[in-house]
Amino acid sequence: MRFESPTTTKAAASILAGESGAAHVLAGGTDLLVRMKMGMIEPDLVLDIKRIDSMKVLKVAAGGVHIGGAVPAIELGESERLRGLWPGVVEAANLIGSDQIQGRCTVVGNLCNASPAADSVPALIAAGAKALIVGPKGKRRVGVEKVVLGPGKTSLGRDEFIEAVVLPARAGKSADAYLRFTPRTEMDIAVVSAAVNLTLSRGVVTAAKVVLGAVAPTAVIVPAAARAIIGTKLEDAALEKMAKACRAACNPIDDKRGTVEYRTKVAGVLGRRAALLAFERAGGSK
Amino acid sequence: MSGVTVSAKVNGDAVQYVCPPSESLMDVLRNRLNLTGVKEGCGTGDCGACSVTLDGRLVCSCLVLGAEAEGRAIGTVEGLSQDGELHPLQTAFIDHAALQCGICTPGFLVAAKSLLGRNPNPSEEEIRYALAGNLCRCTGYDKIVRAVQSAAKVMRKQKRS
Amino acid sequence: MPYETDYTNQKFSVIGNRVNRPDGVDKVTGRAKYGADASAAGQLVGKILRSPHAHALIKKIDTSKAEKLPGVKAIVTGDDFPDFTGGNRSLMDTLENCMARGRALYDGHAVAAVAAVDAQTANQALKLIKVTYKKLPHVTDVDEAMKPNAPIVHDWIRTAGVDPAPTTASNISQRNEFGHGDVETGFAQADIIIEKTFKTEQTHQGYIEPHACLATLGPDGVGELWVTTQGHFTFRNMCASLLGLDVAKLKVTSSEIGGGFGGKTHVWMEPVALQLARKSNRPVKLVMTREEVFKATGPTSSTSVDVKIGAKKNGRITAASAELRYQSGAFPGMWGMLGAMTSFACYDLKHVKSVGYDVLCNRPKVAAYRAPSAPMAAFGVESVIDLLAAELKMDPVEFRIKNAAKKGTQASYGPVYGPIGIGPTLEAVKNHPHMKKRLGKNQGRGVACGFWFNFGGQTCTDLNIGIDGSVNLTVGTVDVGGSRASLALIAAEELGVDYDQVRVTIGDTSSLGHNDTTEGSRGTFSSGMATIFAARNAVDVMKQRAADTWGIPVDQVVWEEGVARAKGRQNSNLPPLSLKEIAAKSPRTGGPIAGHNEVVADGAGVSFASHICDVEVDPETGSTRVIRYTVVQDAGKAIHPDYVEGQFQGGAAQGIGWALNEEYIYGDDGTLQNAGFLDYRIPVCSDLPFIDTEILEIPNPNHPYGVRGVGETSIVPPLAAIGNAVSNAVGVRMTHVPMSPPRILKAIEDAQ
Repeated sequence: MRFESPTTTKAAASILAGESGAAHVLAGGTDLLVRMKMGMIEPDLVLDIKRIDSMKVLKVAAGGVHIGGAVPAIELGESERLRGLWPGVVEAANLIGSDQIQGRCTVVGNLCNASPAADSVPALIAAGAKALIVGPKGKRRVGVEKVVLGPGKTSLGRDEFIEAVVLPARAGKSADAYLRFTPRTEMDIAVVSAAVNLTLSRGVVTAAKVVLGAVAPTAVIVPAAARAIIGTKLEDAALEKMAKACRAACNPIDDKRGTVEYRTKVAGVLGRRAALLAFERAGGSK
Repeated sequence: MSGVTVSAKVNGDAVQYVCPPSESLMDVLRNRLNLTGVKEGCGTGDCGACSVTLDGRLVCSCLVLGAEAEGRAIGTVEGLSQDGELHPLQTAFIDHAALQCGICTPGFLVAAKSLLGRNPNPSEEEIRYALAGNLCRCTGYDKIVRAVQSAAKVMRKQKRS
Repeated sequence: MPYETDYTNQKFSVIGNRVNRPDGVDKVTGRAKYGADASAAGQLVGKILRSPHAHALIKKIDTSKAEKLPGVKAIVTGDDFPDFTGGNRSLMDTLENCMARGRALYDGHAVAAVAAVDAQTANQALKLIKVTYKKLPHVTDVDEAMKPNAPIVHDWIRTAGVDPAPTTASNISQRNEFGHGDVETGFAQADIIIEKTFKTEQTHQGYIEPHACLATLGPDGVGELWVTTQGHFTFRNMCASLLGLDVAKLKVTSSEIGGGFGGKTHVWMEPVALQLARKSNRPVKLVMTREEVFKATGPTSSTSVDVKIGAKKNGRITAASAELRYQSGAFPGMWGMLGAMTSFACYDLKHVKSVGYDVLCNRPKVAAYRAPSAPMAAFGVESVIDLLAAELKMDPVEFRIKNAAKKGTQASYGPVYGPIGIGPTLEAVKNHPHMKKRLGKNQGRGVACGFWFNFGGQTCTDLNIGIDGSVNLTVGTVDVGGSRASLALIAAEELGVDYDQVRVTIGDTSSLGHNDTTEGSRGTFSSGMATIFAARNAVDVMKQRAADTWGIPVDQVVWEEGVARAKGRQNSNLPPLSLKEIAAKSPRTGGPIAGHNEVVADGAGVSFASHICDVEVDPETGSTRVIRYTVVQDAGKAIHPDYVEGQFQGGAAQGIGWALNEEYIYGDDGTLQNAGFLDYRIPVCSDLPFIDTEILEIPNPNHPYGVRGVGETSIVPPLAAIGNAVSNAVGVRMTHVPMSPPRILKAIEDAQ
């Protein structure tokens, strides 16, 4: 196995392009090293991107947020401004594991690991985040929902990596929220999760996006759940319609973390609760 | 596989080691630098027994490659006491009987020190969530939380005086 | 007579003080050395190849490619372990569990092992070993394994304890029955009868330190083993027996132990390390991964339990019966027997019967987990007790008080109780401030009782007094939770010196005679007893030295508060001689002063507990939080209250994890799905509240200080305390442990 730690994205892209064996990008290492330890992968090349200054940038403004691929999740929570603009994205990122994990893990790594239960992904998708991808032919930009194809599978080329994730400009009276269900209070992989991003005008929801996690091979955007609450003040009937839409959108599996029945039920509960939380944060009252 | 040569600082001392690229920092610290205060409980970041600080950030050393430590500063439990004096957290753990078998204790001490460095006056809930990454099977955490509360008080007093 | 074991109700000077433990500094500085912390020059790394199948014939093991890999120094399989068991079935079970002999019996069963120059090479070597398996039908559920057409694990098993003796193979290794009276008569007298079936899933002790050892073994049969263990003497005997070695030629040193709870009373891979060491003629370090710990050590049983209890309208139980089915993994055990013994131990019953079954299945060999088998039985019994109380509209604590066992009660498992703590702990619970706390929305409260016998066993202790008056106490019971502090207190008390003058060491196997394992809550009890007698032995020696110094008969010398005094008016001119002074003179008065004791510590007192638990359940998700927890337990005498509290809290936390989230999850293919701390979910710091404790002291009449073993009882009540609390919170009776959120949510919905 080779270990390389370049200092520019150009050098990183070139090393990746030149590698014929199994190459893995290393950011926080909190997924990669686990897979190596469990014998699931045997890299020929590990490419550490944490020495590339441009990838360590976290820039927060109402006009847009830039989260570099090497920014540890803990830094997102340390930015008061980011917490104010995107509380859902921040709380999602800060739920990825213990404090020890938080000092290392990155939302870009979380995205590229492509677990159906990844915490930051539903919130990033709900926020309309885009991934800035670097490759041999230059850079391209795609919605993060297009990055994950299935469990452990991304749409990235073998010589591409994500330099950063960017969030769009924030409309006024907007807020997001992310909730997940775990059996313990910490340290668990999400059994079910829900992210809601919405905008209010005169106390009424004018725009919304609802995304569920851990209920399908990839995060699930639920347009019907968004439609159920748009034009409403989250009255009980609207919320019940939304919860029903969430349940209908689930396609989960039975596994050691939860059953189909359980995930489906709780998806509706969490969708409803996340919507209420985002609504309150945006200044709404029922 | 040829080795990687790394120069780093451990508990303030300059060190140099050669390790295979795939070796974890935990294994380097334990087997090459003889710092066996770092413990392997699971090797996959689920128990916190291998906790160290890396450039001041709390991490699981089993999830860091030895190669990644180039030029970085590492803090282990062995660096907690200064000039033969125990750190207030170490004293508090003994005084409050916050350890039974003691295998998780080094990890807890490093994690608690990291917490108090960021938040010198944490609530019980904040302590519990900050230490959620450290598993203990013997104590039920009760006396550990009390020890951290007690040490926090002592450290706030020391800072004022 | 200084060697009587009777309780003497003496006043204490240092016993009961919350002193700092002697190994504290080592443990908070990282200096303490555990199983994986020792290394030897030229050592090799050992790794074990394990079966991926739940049940399979091993047709062939081809190690040729692995042998050729540079850096591989030894490979062993079952063929490298000749049969030295002399027909002892239990020894053969242990040997076969350490290394498969022709058949893999569970997912993770060891089939081969290598020793190589480093971990990478060892792992590579494992990949090069080709094992040809033929899969066999498997069974992992205890009830399925009892069915007549279940796949048979061992065709030589005939169910013991059944009359007439069966002639066909079965997975039921034994049936045991306990009780007295006639339950049919008793049930006929009842006004109400409640009957229910319960199920509990398999859990693991979950110690944070994986098994680890460093082994050397020469061609002359002389060997050393550094190992994390609860019983280094037991390990020595076991390894010597299995490998055909002289016991005295194998020196076993126990490292500090990073948790055991019963899981480190048994060898799992140590004989393999020794055999690799012998074959390679180099030290071999063998450390288990967390996955191996879950798959191939000794978790506790999964069970199914039927409980039936009848009572009169006035609240008196008239009859109680239980049938308990415990799986013991791929080898026979006595877990069902223990479950049957403990089921009704808390109660005063005229008619009682409990039947326990031990059942084989394709899972790892079950080992003890802190009060083994009792928590599952208590879950069933204490749940039915609550149901009865509710039916009779009686307070659940009052109902238990009305039926509690007391001095003179014949226990359901046979003996007659002396003074015991069940009544007092229930009274303490009744009056505890916890009971007055108001419950909020979606919250419920549960109480439950528990019991554990304590074990005495073989103990051997040395006490040496240094020339400066410092005291070295060498014991043979591994310190799992802080017993060194308690033993130092005991020695200090007996000798009349300061606690800080006493230094406690755990001796290796060449330093002391045999000591039984630290289990059965016996560490402080037995080594404490032996320490008392070793100290009194040393005191006798010092009194003689004083007598010689003064030139008076020794029966005129007394020992008080650390000094020898000459009694009688004729000796009033003789100033007292302190321990320090006698020690200083010792080279001239007869040489080093020592005390020694071997004892089979008997008369361990039973320890009862009652717990109170408040939970809050989210009715939409089944998510459950413990918001308040109180342990009341009888310790007889708390030598060091901090560490007694620690045992109460630790056991309660394990029981809470077991009740709410911990379980072994098996796939249809019989393989373990959650062999790691991510998906085998033990409580984390934020899951638990502070755990309140109240120590009662009802002296054990068979110990000079009244000590009872306390380490195990506190894991017994939590399953039922939480079961009762959750059932009260959601209004539905919970019967399946762990009561994970999906199970709770399903129970709520099924009831609607």
